[in-house]
Amino acid sequence: MGLLSKKDSKLILDPLTDNNPVTIQVLGICSALAITAQLKASIVMAISVIAVLGVGNVVISLMRNIIPSKIRIIVQLVVVAALVIIVDQVLKAYSYELSKTLSVFVGLIITNCIIMGRFEAFALANGPWKSFLDGIGNAAGYGLILVIVGFFRELLGSGTLLGFKVLGDPIEKTGLYAIGYENNGFMLLSPMALIVLGIIIWIQRSRNKALIED
Amino acid sequence: MSLKSNLHNLKEKYKGTKMAPAFNALHTFLYTPNDTTHNGTHIKAADDLKRTMNTVIMAMLPCLIFGMFNAGYQHNLAVGDIQAVTSGFFSSEFWTLDNFMIGFWKIIPLVIVSYGVGLGVEFLFAIIKKHEVEEGYLVTGMLVPLIVPIDIPLWMLAIAVIFGVVIGKEVFGGTGMNILNPALTIRAFLFFAYPTWMSGDKVWVEGAVERTNQIAAGANLDAISGETILGSLAQGKEIAYSVSDMFLGFIPGSIGETSTLLIILGGLFLIFTKIGSWRIMLSSVLGAITMGLIFNQVVSAGIITESSKFYALMSTPFWHHLIIGGFAFGVVFMATDPVTASQTNIGKWYYGFFIGFISILIRVFNPAYPEGVMLAILLMNVFAPTIDHYVIQGNIKQRLKRLKVKTA
Repeated sequence: MGLLSKKDSKLILDPLTDNNPVTIQVLGICSALAITAQLKASIVMAISVIAVLGVGNVVISLMRNIIPSKIRIIVQLVVVAALVIIVDQVLKAYSYELSKTLSVFVGLIITNCIIMGRFEAFALANGPWKSFLDGIGNAAGYGLILVIVGFFRELLGSGTLLGFKVLGDPIEKTGLYAIGYENNGFMLLSPMALIVLGIIIWIQRSRNKALIED
Repeated sequence: MSLKSNLHNLKEKYKGTKMAPAFNALHTFLYTPNDTTHNGTHIKAADDLKRTMNTVIMAMLPCLIFGMFNAGYQHNLAVGDIQAVTSGFFSSEFWTLDNFMIGFWKIIPLVIVSYGVGLGVEFLFAIIKKHEVEEGYLVTGMLVPLIVPIDIPLWMLAIAVIFGVVIGKEVFGGTGMNILNPALTIRAFLFFAYPTWMSGDKVWVEGAVERTNQIAAGANLDAISGETILGSLAQGKEIAYSVSDMFLGFIPGSIGETSTLLIILGGLFLIFTKIGSWRIMLSSVLGAITMGLIFNQVVSAGIITESSKFYALMSTPFWHHLIIGGFAFGVVFMATDPVTASQTNIGKWYYGFFIGFISILIRVFNPAYPEGVMLAILLMNVFAPTIDHYVIQGNIKQRLKRLKVKTA
């Protein structure tokens, strides 16, 4: 890696796999349940969180020496809130339909535990470049899980991917539907997101035994 | 060489290999093993897990056979080939070979898929986790075909069984560790995943869906349909069946749940052999009666009038609730599951009472989920350990008090 030192690339790659904020630290579950019924919504959510956490981590890191520690949570909240409002406005301006699907969940990025967690655990103690990498890495790790869950929920629940009817048309009875296949309505309900997430965690831990807690 | 020694030799041959649990299971399923343990203290009892499971299956067999006759009867009745039964349980219109064969060819594949897929998953997990195959699926495999509509596609059943066994049981550690009743997990999965195949007026009579498709394709046929009693009540319709029909089971419904008479016989058999808990069965019935009476009182007090959408179900006489829908079947065969029910005797009373109480509550207040007993049992499965905890704590407190009085 020419661009990144070994330490820096670890900051980005670790949260994608062995230190994933969703599957290992089990943070940010609520939004993973709420918006993963469609792949598109999952992707937009992932990008939004990457933007908020990447920029937010840099801002907090730059201010880390001048924030009085007693009021640091409030300062962090102000930063996230400002960034989330920007993301929300951009979504409303350029993709109104999608922002309607995501509804309050864009606003609720503020409450995403991953963001406050990274501010507290990393940005307050590290320089801006490292914080940026850490922010991107953790948000991407979160986004990766969101996209995987969204992929399976949309494929099995609606038979589509990003809105394209990949399995055929359920009404015209083409493709798989011609031989009697039907969409699994359970996949569209939130409990199934939890179960899919559980299965991902199961697979990950059975492949890497070091991750299993007692 | 006999089959027994053949199996024994096979078992010896595969000892220590990956496939060993599968052969062990086959061997001990059919015979008592040749080898005995040589050390330690052992309790010698005839009723091991397999015997227990087989007793429950025996109790369910009458329901299964009745279900086969009933499937054909409902089909022929809907098509118009035969008249409705008139002369009680042994009506000649019902017990015909034609009725039986229609049901038989429809239900046997369900049984085969249920057992084949379920045991396949169990064997697979036993091999991966390197433990002996557990018998837990024997009862589940028989329950599953009895609690689904006759026309359910086999592939859906297969997926649901995989889901139920893996997510409902294996992730918790296999037989004896599960929180939820696996058979009901399977049914709940089907219910939420494929609602059009689990409710409505097309799925309860054999061939109704097929007939609808043929008509849509231009065939000149009469449509056949059959709504369950709960379904029609939820829509505020009159019931077309007499009380004796409901009790004896000549009504549309899931395959094994219709005949309350045979379920009661099965229940008595379970109580007599001390396999099923009479406390749970009795308290569930009491709970259902309590809720039913409350609703009846609400109606007769004039709080709910005929204009209300709950009127039809609320004004149903409380004892009707015991013989329609899957209430009786759920209470006798699934609420009493020793793994997922409360373990303490006092806890069983609470557990059963709330199953009955909540079943009727869901039935009446949520017409979209006519089968309240499934959801009620699953809910109370989750609460059973909590109930046990408080019963045990209460017991400990009481004893501590006694201790203090003595020492004081």
